[in-house]
Amino acid sequence: MQSSNGRARGGERGSKSSGDHRQGMGPASVETPGGMRYEDPWYDALASGWGEAGTLDPPVAEVPAARRERTDRAAAAAQVYVEVQSSEAFREVRSRYRRFVIPAVIGFFLWYAAYVVTATAAPGFMARPVWGAVNVALLAGLGQFVSTFLLTWAYSRHARLHRDRAALELRWDTQELTREARGGAA
Amino acid sequence: MTGNHQALALLLFSVFVAITLGITTWVSRSRQGSAEEFYAGGRLFSPMENGFAIAGDYMSAASFLGISGLICLVGYDGLLYSVGFLVAWLVVLFLVAELVRNCGRFTLADVIAARMNERPVRIASGTASVTVSVLYLVAQMVGAGSLVALLLGDTGEAARTGAVIGVGALMVIYVSLGGMRATTWIQIVKAVLLLGGTIVLTVLVLVRFHGDFDRLLRTAAERSGHGAAFLAPGLKYGGDWIARFDFMSLGLALVLGTAGLPHILSRFYTVPTARAARRSVVWSIGLIGGFYLMTIVLGFGAAAIVGPDAVRGSSASGNTAVPLLALDLGGGAGSTGGTVLFAIVAAVAFATILAVVAGITLASSASVAHDLYASLRRKHAAPRSEVTVARIAAVGIGVVAIGLGLLARDLNVAFLVGLAFAVAASANLPVLLYSLFWRGFTTRGAVWAVYGGLVPALVLVALSPVVSGSSQSIFPDVDFQVFPLQNPGLVSIPLGFLAGWLGTVTSAEVADEAKHAETEVRSLTGAGAV
Repeated sequence: MQSSNGRARGGERGSKSSGDHRQGMGPASVETPGGMRYEDPWYDALASGWGEAGTLDPPVAEVPAARRERTDRAAAAAQVYVEVQSSEAFREVRSRYRRFVIPAVIGFFLWYAAYVVTATAAPGFMARPVWGAVNVALLAGLGQFVSTFLLTWAYSRHARLHRDRAALELRWDTQELTREARGGAA
Repeated sequence: MTGNHQALALLLFSVFVAITLGITTWVSRSRQGSAEEFYAGGRLFSPMENGFAIAGDYMSAASFLGISGLICLVGYDGLLYSVGFLVAWLVVLFLVAELVRNCGRFTLADVIAARMNERPVRIASGTASVTVSVLYLVAQMVGAGSLVALLLGDTGEAARTGAVIGVGALMVIYVSLGGMRATTWIQIVKAVLLLGGTIVLTVLVLVRFHGDFDRLLRTAAERSGHGAAFLAPGLKYGGDWIARFDFMSLGLALVLGTAGLPHILSRFYTVPTARAARRSVVWSIGLIGGFYLMTIVLGFGAAAIVGPDAVRGSSASGNTAVPLLALDLGGGAGSTGGTVLFAIVAAVAFATILAVVAGITLASSASVAHDLYASLRRKHAAPRSEVTVARIAAVGIGVVAIGLGLLARDLNVAFLVGLAFAVAASANLPVLLYSLFWRGFTTRGAVWAVYGGLVPALVLVALSPVVSGSSQSIFPDVDFQVFPLQNPGLVSIPLGFLAGWLGTVTSAEVADEAKHAETEVRSLTGAGAV
């Protein structure tokens, strides 16, 4: 159903993707998410050969396929994630995520904490009437509702416009690389 | 209460039970019992469906009955629950929903164990999840009991026990037969019913006051006997500094607890992608926000129309404020309108309890089977299918929750939920955030973070006035109270974070860069997500 969101965008893979030298992404994106777990290293959590963490550097596109075949396949698949992590495209997605989320979390948490602390420490201020029976406390409570709705809208919009597409490209690229590393799509 | 109430409410409730049992049988026929199907409903729900289901999971009887009741009794201080319960969703939306969807499979422990030495982390996280779920279940059971006591009046002692056992039995049936797919549809049906019922009552309250919210507030303040103080913070938590710290503790637990609730986290696995998980959270924030705004109106409405004294006479903790309000709004006791509305509200509240307990039971049985059983099973023991274990676990959890629910029946439901949130925030949230965002986090750190939050939270509750030492305690006759606060969050949540940090910096193990890379890439892109 919703995985169609992946398929629909599969054709729009941008040129700035780190793995754009590979073609044939179609089959990769058509594969059901459920099918992935059979060839995924994630759940063989005890697999050996994760110790190659030291070799962080090689850019994605330049790892010779021949060299990779000689290494332990699970380790090579794990290495893919290290490579993707250090790629420009991924760092861009990560920093976009962080640039929005960190200030937003600090902002709403401080605002909420200020609300709770003021309610306990300065009830006199909170009881000050503003309009009719409505006082500062009621307005502050309502303000919490409004700010929550606004932040939800802003986050959702930010993710849709600035993160979703790049993340999806990275997803297919990473999965393709992992599959190759583990011995090809076959 | 007259026989009419009971008959009609029971009839409506039976209809709901019949429909949900129908859903359960229909859904479970011709499905093979795979773990994917049982825990995650096949992962093919749409964001809107899942948004309603999340809202259904979250808007418990504690909110519907408990928060409105608290607002009715103590005015503004009850409103903190509404605000905290909603703001908490920003933590879920920003930091948890998408990343957990991308990294995990069925449970919270999946996300953490992927980076760590699997066995100890799974055992720790599974234990914490089950503990949180059982606490939350107890709150729902208490809600069921007090609702029945109200329905059946003074004759209700045996009936109350019967209701708690009945709810427990039904939830076990839903979960063990229908799995996540049936549970999700039950949540959706229930969310629609609950929102519908709340909207009707809210509109009736506002109509009673001709849309004049100001007059509603004034009347509520007058009838409460506290005047303007009723509309400002301080009635419940205003006295000494202990009460004020209790308020802050509760506030912290509410806002950080949601992101650690196992039954909420497992909802994100029922949609196919992280984007769908995000969109379902957006849906649920809209639904939940609207709902909590209406509970505020209902709470003040109950204070203005029924009056806190009448509510207190019916249930000391205020859990029956909304049913009484419905009775009055429909035309008063004995009138047809009152009878119908009261019966509808009672049936909706029952449906709410039933659906929420089903959701929690499913999540905790997943923790038992997927985390605890898989890790603790002796190697030579006959291997059972994980789903079979989960079904058996659902029965066991049901029994425990029924027992504790009968024991804790006089506590305010919203307060009990606050407790469950405190434990969730202390034991589950630190380890979850550390594993998602901290590069150097290690296995020892993960295990310490879980136990370092869980154990203090439980010990502090055991030593608090909730359990002993005051007339409202569970054991009023003994006194081993040491810790003054009712809610342990203010102490135990920082302890959970501290323990995770301490465990990490003191461990000899060096965090695995490759696994961290994998977690980070997977969490933000969805690569390799199931």
